[in-house]
Amino acid sequence: MAKQYETVIGLEVHVELATRTKIFCGCSTAFGAAPNTHTCPVCTGMPGSLPVLNKQVVEYAMAIGLATNCTITRVCKFDRKNYFYPDNPQNYQISQLYLPIARDGYVEIETGGTKKKVRIHEMHMEEDAGKLVHDEWDDTSLVDYNRSGVPLVEIVSEPDMRSPEEVIAYLEKLRQIIQYLGASDCKLQEGSMRADVNLSVRETGSDVFGTRTEMKNLNSFKAIARAIEGERERQIELLETGKTVVQETRRWDDNKENSYAMRSKEDAQDYRYFPEPDLVPIVISDEWIAEIRSRQPELRGEKLERYKKEFDIPEYDAEILTESKSMADLFEATAAICKKPKKVSNWLMVETMRLMKEHGMEPEDLTFSPENLAKLIELTEAGIINSSVAKEVFEKIFSEDLDPENYVEEHGLKTVSDEGALKAAVEKVVADNPQAAADYRGGKEKALGALVGQTMKAMKGKANPGMVNQMLREMLSE
Amino acid sequence: MGNMANKISDETMEYVGILAKLELSAQEKEAAKSDMEKMLDYIDTLNELDTSGVEPMSHVFPVHNVFREDVVTNGDNQEQTLANAPLRKEARFEVPKTIG
Ligand SMILES: [Zn+2]
Repeated sequence: MAKQYETVIGLEVHVELATRTKIFCGCSTAFGAAPNTHTCPVCTGMPGSLPVLNKQVVEYAMAIGLATNCTITRVCKFDRKNYFYPDNPQNYQISQLYLPIARDGYVEIETGGTKKKVRIHEMHMEEDAGKLVHDEWDDTSLVDYNRSGVPLVEIVSEPDMRSPEEVIAYLEKLRQIIQYLGASDCKLQEGSMRADVNLSVRETGSDVFGTRTEMKNLNSFKAIARAIEGERERQIELLETGKTVVQETRRWDDNKENSYAMRSKEDAQDYRYFPEPDLVPIVISDEWIAEIRSRQPELRGEKLERYKKEFDIPEYDAEILTESKSMADLFEATAAICKKPKKVSNWLMVETMRLMKEHGMEPEDLTFSPENLAKLIELTEAGIINSSVAKEVFEKIFSEDLDPENYVEEHGLKTVSDEGALKAAVEKVVADNPQAAADYRGGKEKALGALVGQTMKAMKGKANPGMVNQMLREMLSE
Repeated sequence: MGNMANKISDETMEYVGILAKLELSAQEKEAAKSDMEKMLDYIDTLNELDTSGVEPMSHVFPVHNVFREDVVTNGDNQEQTLANAPLRKEARFEVPKTIG
C-alpha cells in the first residue's frame, strides 16, 4: 500500500496597517499615488535622517494582538534586519526580532463542521519595502519607494494547519478580525494582506517534522490553495523517489501552476539583526492595554448576536452579512435609511452576492452607496417600479452607484398602473394568442403565465404585474 | 586586554565580505582580519564581567515611548527623492534586473 502523507503548514501573514502615515515619517500611505511622491529622507534611507514611531501603529498592533488572544509584550523594541536589495533603500529593514509586540495567541477556525485552534507564535511590527516592477524594454527593474516605510504587522502562526481549507479558514478569520478592528482593509489583490506559506510533509502518524520550504508571491486564496496542493505533490514525489526536500524559498507562479526556487541572495540568509539604535523602547502599561481594550469595536460574535435581536432577519442571513465588516456596514447603513432591514438583507443576500460572484468580487470591493440602495427599496415598496425593473436598475447601482430615482425618471421605467393603457395591451395579447386564451379557459392554469409574459413584453416590462394578472383572469373568465 | 585569543579565518573573512557586499584586496583582508580579532578580544574582556541579574539594555538613554501622531506632514517629494537616483526612468529608480 502506498504511503500516506500529512501536510504540515504554518503561515507568515503580512498586513499593511490602515494608518494615514508611514511607520517612521509623516509621508502619506495612500494607495495609487504617482511613483516616489510619498517619500522623504527617512523612508528612502538618507544618511542622518531619524525615524520617529507612529503611535497609531503600536495601537493597531496591540488591538490585533488582543483580538487574537496574544500576550502583549510590556517592554518591546525594534531591531535592524540587514540585507541588500533595491527595494530596501536603507540596506536594512526596521523590524522586531527579540521582543516582538505580541506572543502566544490563537484564533479559532471551523472547517467542515470541525472547530480547531490555530496558535499564533508571535506578531511583530515592521516597515514595508518599496515596489519593484520589471521593465521589459530595457530589461531592468524600476523602483517606487511610495510603499517603503508603510507599517506592517507580521503574524507568525505555529505549524498547526493540515490542509488548504484550514489555511484559507485561518486567513479568512484573521482578515475578519482585522477588518472589524479597522486596522487594515486586508486586500490580497492590492497586497495589503500577503501570506507566505511554510510547508512540509511527513508520513501520517509521524511526530517529526519534515524539511519545510517557504512559498512567496501568493496573492489570492485560490493561488494559496493551488500552491499548497502543488508543493505537497512536489515534496511527496521527491520523497517517493528517494530524494530529499531542500529547505529553500520558492516563488509560486500561478499562471504556470508551478513554483521555482528563488536564487537566494548570495546564498546568505544571515540578516545580522541588532537592536535599532535610532528608536527608543516601547513600554506598555496596564492602563494603555485597558484603554485599547475599551476602544475595541464590536467584533463579529457580538454583532451577530445583536443582529438576531435587533433585526427581523433569518439567522442564516445574519451570519452571512456579519462575515465581512464591509458587508455588515453596508447593511446597517442602508437599513438605517430605509428602515426595512429584511428588504435590505434580501438585496444583499441575493442580487448583490450574485453580481459579486459574477465579477469575482469581495465585499470590500463594493462601491455603491447605502443611500442609492435605500432609494431603490423605497421605489419598489411604493410600487413605483416593479421587481424586474428593480433588478435591472440595481445592476446599474451596483456598477455605477447611480441615483435610482433619476435613472427611473430619465428612462421612463415607472410601472404603468394606468388601467386604460393596461387594458388595451391585455386585449391585444388575448386577441393575438387565441390558443393560449383557449387553453386557460379550458382549465390550463399554466397558459396564464404565457399571457402575462406577453403583456409585460408589450409594455416593455414596466406594467404592474399584479394588475396584469388580475385583468387577464377577469377578461378570460367573462 | 586579552592576548589576541581570537582568530578570524579566511572563510569567515570571505563570508563577511559577501554579507557586506565588499570586495577586498588581499592586503585589505589581512588588515580587516586583524581589526576584527581585536574587536572580538575586547568583547571577551567585557564577557569577563558578571552580568547575571542585569537586565539587557536595549538603549543607552533612559527614554521610552517617543511617538508621533498619525498626521501627514510631508507633501509631494518626487523630484527631491529622484535627484538621488544614479539612473532613473520616468518617475522611478532604474536598477539592474532583479527577480522576486
Ligand atoms: Zn517618508
